[in-house]
Amino acid sequence: MSGEQTAEKSMAAVTDGKIAEKVKELEDRIAQLEVNKGNMTMVLFSGDFDKAFAAFIIANGALAMGKEVTMFVTFWGLDAIKKPAFSTAGRGFLEKMVLAMRPKGPNKLATSKMNFGGIGPKLFRFMMKQKNVEQLHTMIEMAQEFGVRIVACQMSMDVMGLKKEDLLDGVEVGGVALFLNSSYQSNTTLFV
Amino acid sequence: MATRLDFKGMNCPMPIMKTAMAVKKAASGDQFEIVCDDPGFEPDITAWCNETKNVLNGIRKEGKDIIATITKA
Repeated sequence: MSGEQTAEKSMAAVTDGKIAEKVKELEDRIAQLEVNKGNMTMVLFSGDFDKAFAAFIIANGALAMGKEVTMFVTFWGLDAIKKPAFSTAGRGFLEKMVLAMRPKGPNKLATSKMNFGGIGPKLFRFMMKQKNVEQLHTMIEMAQEFGVRIVACQMSMDVMGLKKEDLLDGVEVGGVALFLNSSYQSNTTLFV
Repeated sequence: MATRLDFKGMNCPMPIMKTAMAVKKAASGDQFEIVCDDPGFEPDITAWCNETKNVLNGIRKEGKDIIATITKA
């Protein structure tokens, strides 16, 4: 066998090896995409009753379809995941004032339209009950039962003087990197 | 024999969530007959089956009731 032929053969082997490597890499990437298929990340920024309600209905739907759902809760959205009652002892004057002015928990939220100084949400809750629509706090509990990951924004909590124990049990605390990481691994991201 | 699930009077998204819960506990090949009177149930159960790969055997209507039969994939 001439030296030329040997060189040609080893070249072919190198090319084959490279193709196999490339195929393996692509297969891994496709497998990763299939794993992520349908996972969803949401930002719950709004503390409006109606918007939080919509967010949790969508989250529950995705969970019912067997998807992983992460809800990153920031700013006014935090109102929706507060415990109905907690002590603000040991916090600064401004923090106490902000906490006193904001609703505590899903049953106290205002509506984005037709709030009428708090009468609107009462009316909507009554109408929803009449039509057998589940309440917001039940939607949150159901989502948690289905394994939703609720992450409260650390920075917003600090600004408002909120502590982890003021929020519903099972809520994690995290930052923007956690949200982005979760979003990059999802193929649906919603901002509510 | 299909397990009968009665979700009459329930509204979105409860019928889908309750279906998901029941199907999750079942074994592959198990059948369900789901009764619901929410008009949104027909497109919803179709979409849910399409996404979850569970088999929608058929949907029929009896008055206001929508009856879907599904088989767990």
